[in-house]
Amino acid sequence: MEKTPVLTSQSAAIARSSVAHHKKRRFSWDKMWSFLTLVPSLAAVLIFVYGFLGWTGYVSFTKWNSILPDYQLWGFKNYQILFQDYRFQSDLRNLLFFTVFFILACMVVGLFLAVLVDQKIKGENIFRNIFLFPMALSFIVTGVVWQWLLNPKTGVNLIFEALGASHPPAWYTSTRIVPSFHVGQIQFGLPIAMIAVLIASVWQMSGFAMALYLSGLRAVPEEIKEAAHVDGANGWKTFWRIVFPQLRPVTVTVVIILVQSSMKTFDLVYAMTGPGNGYVTDLPSLDMFTTTFQANQYAQGSAIAIVMFVLMMIFVIPYLWNSLRKEGQ
Amino acid sequence: MVMRRVGQSATYTLLVFFSLIFLVPIYVLLTTSFKPNNEVDIAHMWALPHHFSLASYSAAWAQLGPNLGNSFYLAIVATILSSVIGAFNGYALSKWKFPGSNIVFPIILFGMFIPYQSILIPLLKFIQAIHLYNTIPGLILTNTIYGLPITTLIFRNFYAGIPDDLIESAQIDGNGYWGVFMRIMLPLAIPGFVVTGIWQFTSIWNEFLFAVSLTSPPHQPVTVALQNLSGSDVVQWNVQMAGAVLTALPTLIVYILLGRYFIRGLLAGSVKG
Repeated sequence: MEKTPVLTSQSAAIARSSVAHHKKRRFSWDKMWSFLTLVPSLAAVLIFVYGFLGWTGYVSFTKWNSILPDYQLWGFKNYQILFQDYRFQSDLRNLLFFTVFFILACMVVGLFLAVLVDQKIKGENIFRNIFLFPMALSFIVTGVVWQWLLNPKTGVNLIFEALGASHPPAWYTSTRIVPSFHVGQIQFGLPIAMIAVLIASVWQMSGFAMALYLSGLRAVPEEIKEAAHVDGANGWKTFWRIVFPQLRPVTVTVVIILVQSSMKTFDLVYAMTGPGNGYVTDLPSLDMFTTTFQANQYAQGSAIAIVMFVLMMIFVIPYLWNSLRKEGQ
Repeated sequence: MVMRRVGQSATYTLLVFFSLIFLVPIYVLLTTSFKPNNEVDIAHMWALPHHFSLASYSAAWAQLGPNLGNSFYLAIVATILSSVIGAFNGYALSKWKFPGSNIVFPIILFGMFIPYQSILIPLLKFIQAIHLYNTIPGLILTNTIYGLPITTLIFRNFYAGIPDDLIESAQIDGNGYWGVFMRIMLPLAIPGFVVTGIWQFTSIWNEFLFAVSLTSPPHQPVTVALQNLSGSDVVQWNVQMAGAVLTALPTLIVYILLGRYFIRGLLAGSVKG
């Protein structure tokens, strides 16, 4: 049984209960109460989610780029300015590289830890909790600690120097971009400074991937896992051939959640590095915040927010669509 | 399975190795926070404190104490509100399907997938217009509303597991919509409240974007205050680390005591990310 693809986990039970009630089609006070229960929440969501999204969308097409609201329409001008902006182009590059490496690293570390924890070992709970506890922390706490650990003059570099490294890494103060070639106004490639942010965020989130993979592994029938190690000579190969394909639904969930998490990343970078030298660690979320609340360019800020929203929807809508459709069956 | 041929000892070695790596930040956090001011020099940051001192905690407490109070007020009230409303919504959506209820659910659920930057400007103007800017009730309202999708989802899935027979027999006993809710669902919903409660408390306690956008000193929750503290050049590292420990402690304690439920919330709420 699939336990993890969360939206669908209870689908059978929900489908059953809906069958029971769909038979009665006539009006009942009970159903009326059910609807009335939902009215306040529905109203709140319609205003705070859909209304506000529409408002932000509208503002992104106006001239409101100072403290005083100016709702004169300006066409796509804000978007035009945005996509030609050095900072925003850097943001998109950083977001791309951050998201890809963040997801890969969390998946690899998470799967590896899950396989280790799944070995019927003693103290399983202790290990699982050690890998998962960073999830309970605020990104600000993570940012404050890792800012110190990866400060080039302190932290882990002291250990590297004690071990004899003559040129320890510059971490988030690095301005190098690898590989570096011109695209638009910016150098395209992975900014080395981003690696520091990646380390901190993988530390915080890989336990989450582990938890999901572990529940996925627990759902794989024991016989299949047995088969994987009866054939001991090729255990590794068997794992990839037989067990890993069973984890595909979990992997999809992991990727969707981590994509969301990486696109929302704000607090960690805000606390740990800020936009960085030459915007090497800047992200759209940070850009939106400073553009709106420090530069008072509300229309520009709205345009950034809408781009973030659209990027998110590219991943979320197919996922939601699939989950809800499966549930409906 | 895969690792068996490498042997149990290799498994343990790897697990211990990774555990140590995961605990490095905690080591630095704790050792630094217990050092007196004169021991906080960069060259010895990895050393244990020579003299165990709580001075940095009293300094951090003096700075963050009121903000910790704000965070408790915010997180407790918003957690209760969003969980209770979610419990009502989940009941309505799972057990009493009315025409159109299959559309209502995705409409509410969608709210948890948006990046909050995309509603931040109207939200700020709205909160200002109703005179809740720079107040904890403003943040309570915000966190309650944007918490509804996840609490509704968790309760809906939770109630779906309660057999319909129970409800039908309660109906035969003469219970209507509210009677079934009060007599059958609510008593069974305690684990659901534990899961949403823990999930919401941790998320709201750790929340930063709304907090930094909608409040300024002295009405800020502790995450924003900690960020201000660490952004200041005059504050010693031991005080910053003590502040980080104080900020982390409530959610860590919840996690240590009720970790099982935290994991369940994580799995149930994992669409949130």
